[in-house]
Amino acid sequence: MTSFLQNIVNALQWGSFYALIALGYSMVYGVLMLFNFAHGDIFMVGAYIGFFVSTGLVALSALGALTLPSWLILTLTIIVAMFLTSFVGMLVERIGYRPLRGAPRASAAITGLMIGIILETGNLALLGAQRVSFPALIESVTYNIGGVFVTNKKVLIVVVSLLLMFALHQFVQRTKWGMAMRAMAVDFVVVPLMGVPLNTIAALTFALGSGLAAAAGILFGVAYPVLDPYMGILFGWKAFVAAILGGRGSILGAALAGFLLGFIEIFVAAIFPSTLRDLIAYSIILLILTFRPHGFFGEAYSAKLRL
Amino acid sequence: MKSFKIFALLMIAVFLLGACGPAAPETIKIGINAPITGDIPKVGEGSKYAAEMWLADIEAAGGLEVGGKTYNVELVIEDNESKAESATKVNTKMITQDEVLVIVGPQSSKQAVPAGEVANNYSTPMVSPWSTNPNTTLDRPWVFRGCFLDPFQGPVVANFVSDEFGFTKAAVLYDVASDYPKGLAENFKAAWEELHGEGSVVAYESFTTKDTDFSAQLTSIANSGAEFFFAPQYYNEVALIVQQAHELGWDAPIVGSDSWGSAETVELCGEDCYGLFFSTHYAAAGATGATKEFIDRYEAEHGYVPDDVGALTWDTLHLVQQAIVDCGEITGDIAVDRQCVRDALASITDFNGITGDMTFTEEGDPIKCAVIVRISDAGEYEFYKSACP
Repeated sequence: MTSFLQNIVNALQWGSFYALIALGYSMVYGVLMLFNFAHGDIFMVGAYIGFFVSTGLVALSALGALTLPSWLILTLTIIVAMFLTSFVGMLVERIGYRPLRGAPRASAAITGLMIGIILETGNLALLGAQRVSFPALIESVTYNIGGVFVTNKKVLIVVVSLLLMFALHQFVQRTKWGMAMRAMAVDFVVVPLMGVPLNTIAALTFALGSGLAAAAGILFGVAYPVLDPYMGILFGWKAFVAAILGGRGSILGAALAGFLLGFIEIFVAAIFPSTLRDLIAYSIILLILTFRPHGFFGEAYSAKLRL
Repeated sequence: MKSFKIFALLMIAVFLLGACGPAAPETIKIGINAPITGDIPKVGEGSKYAAEMWLADIEAAGGLEVGGKTYNVELVIEDNESKAESATKVNTKMITQDEVLVIVGPQSSKQAVPAGEVANNYSTPMVSPWSTNPNTTLDRPWVFRGCFLDPFQGPVVANFVSDEFGFTKAAVLYDVASDYPKGLAENFKAAWEELHGEGSVVAYESFTTKDTDFSAQLTSIANSGAEFFFAPQYYNEVALIVQQAHELGWDAPIVGSDSWGSAETVELCGEDCYGLFFSTHYAAAGATGATKEFIDRYEAEHGYVPDDVGALTWDTLHLVQQAIVDCGEITGDIAVDRQCVRDALASITDFNGITGDMTFTEEGDPIKCAVIVRISDAGEYEFYKSACP
C-alpha cells in the first residue's frame, strides 16, 4: 500500500513535465495545425537558459553583489527564463515556420525536425559535450508521511505546474487574445479575414508554448540536475503523444494526458519488469487511440481541415 | 548548371584522390576511437588527454625507435559519439582509409563489442583500455584489453559487500540497453546468489539509456527488503540514481563499479555520493611511484585528477608501444606489420603499468587486480582495499 501511494507521488512529479510540454505542442497544433517537432528542443533550450540565469544569480549572491534568498532566485530564474525562451520560440516561428506557411504540411513538420537538430548541435558547438549540473537552488527536504516519502521539490514541481496550467487556461478563456487563438483553432483561413492578425497570434502561441517548456525545463533541472543537449528529444516525442492523446488544441486534455502518461509509465515499471516499461506503456496508449482517435477532448471536425 | 555539375564531380574526384594518398613509411599511425561527444564525453576527454601526453613523450624523445630506425608517431583521434554504430564506422575508416597500425579504444563495452568485430574482421590489432565485458575479446584473436573483466569484477563487489557489511539481501538497478551494465549486473547477480543462495537478490530492476526518472524502480527496491543496491552505471546516471534514492528515503549503502570512477561523478553528484564504495582499476588518492607521477603531470596540465580511463589509456598506449618495439621491424607492408604487432601484444608478460601488472591470457585479457575505492568526505577517490585474482 505504501509503495502504491509512493508511486502516485512519483507519477505526479513525472507527469507534470509531460503535461507542461504537451501544452505547448497542443496549442501550436490547435491553432496552426502544425507539428512543432522542435518543441522538445525548446524545452532543452529553456533548461539551459534557466541554468545560466540561476548560475549567474547564485554567483552574484556569492560575491555579495546582491543578497537573494534561494527561493527568490528560483522564482526569478523561472520568470526570466520563461521570458527569454518565449523569444526563442518566436524566433523559431519567424525563421522556420512563417516562410513555409503556404507550403505543404509535411514541409513544415520536417522544418521542425531540422530546427530541433540545429538547436541540439548548436548547443553542442557552443558549450561542448560536457554535462552541466543544474545548481541546487532549494535544499532537498524529505518528509516521511506514513512510509511515503515526499520531498519539498516534488511538491514545488506539482504545484508550480498546476498554477501555470491554470494561468494558461484563464488566459485562453478570459482574454481577447485567447479568444483569437480559439477562433483560429476552428478555422485559420477565415478568421484572419475577419481582421485577426495571423502572424501575431502565431507568434503569441509559440511564445506561450515555449515559456511553458522553459518552466518545465527549470523544474526538470531542479528534480534531475544533469542537463545534456539531447535531453529534449525523447521528452518531446512522449509529450507529443500526450498532446495527441489529450485531443487537438485542448488544454485540459493535454494536461490530463500528460499526467496519465506519467502514471502509466511509473505504474508499468512498478508492476511489470521495468525492462518492458515503454513497450507496455505505449501499447496501452496505442490501444486508447484506436478507440478514441481524436483523443480525450478532440473534436471530430479537425480532420476536415487537414491539408 | 552543367558546368556546375562538372565542377562538383571534379571536386569530389580531387577530394577522393587526396584522401587515398599513400602513407609515408616513416610514420607509425595509431588510431584512437573515443567518445569525444555523446553520453560520456568526460571519458573521451580523458582518453584524448592521456594519449596526447603519451605522444608528447614520444616526440620529446625524437620519435619511436624500432629495430634501430626512428619513426614519427601520428595519433588519429576520432569521435565515436558514444554510439555503437559510429564506433564501427570509425574503426572501418581508421583501418581502411587512414591505415593505422593499431587501434586503441573504444572505451565502453557498448562500442567496444561491435567495434572489436570490425577490427578482427580486418585483421587489425585493437586494444580497448576500459571495456570490461567478456564479449569484446571473446573468440577474437586480434582484440585485446587493458583492464580486468566483469566476470571478475562481479564477484569482487559481491565478496566485498558480504565481508564488509555482512549483508545477505541485494538489489540491482541497471541499464538493460547497454552491454556493460547489463553484463555486469548479471555477473554480480550470479556471484551474489552463489554466496547467499537462490533468491538472495530480492530486486533486479532495470531502465533504458537516457532515462532520468528511476523513482518507480527505486520504490520497488526500497520495498523489497534489500540491504543495499548495486548500480553499475555511468557517471551521468549515478548522480541521478543516488540523489533520487535519497529523496525516496533510502539510507542504506549504494555500491558501484568501475564506471563510477570518472572525474565528473562527484562533480555532478555532490555530497550525496560521499561515503559510497565502488570497484575500479586504480585509486588516485594516495598513489605512489609512476602512478603518482602520471597523476601529478595530468593534473598540472589539465587541472583535475585523471580518472581510471585516463590511466588505463596511458597504460594501453605503453603496451602498444612495447609491442611495436618488440616487433623489431616496420616493413611498410601494413598487413605484415599488423600481424607482427598482434603477435607481440599476445606474448607480453609482466607488463608493469600504472594500474598494476599485466600478463595477457589466450583470450587477450590481462590478469590484474581490482581495487575498492571509497568516495571520501572531500569527494576524493580513496584506496580502501584491493582484490586480486
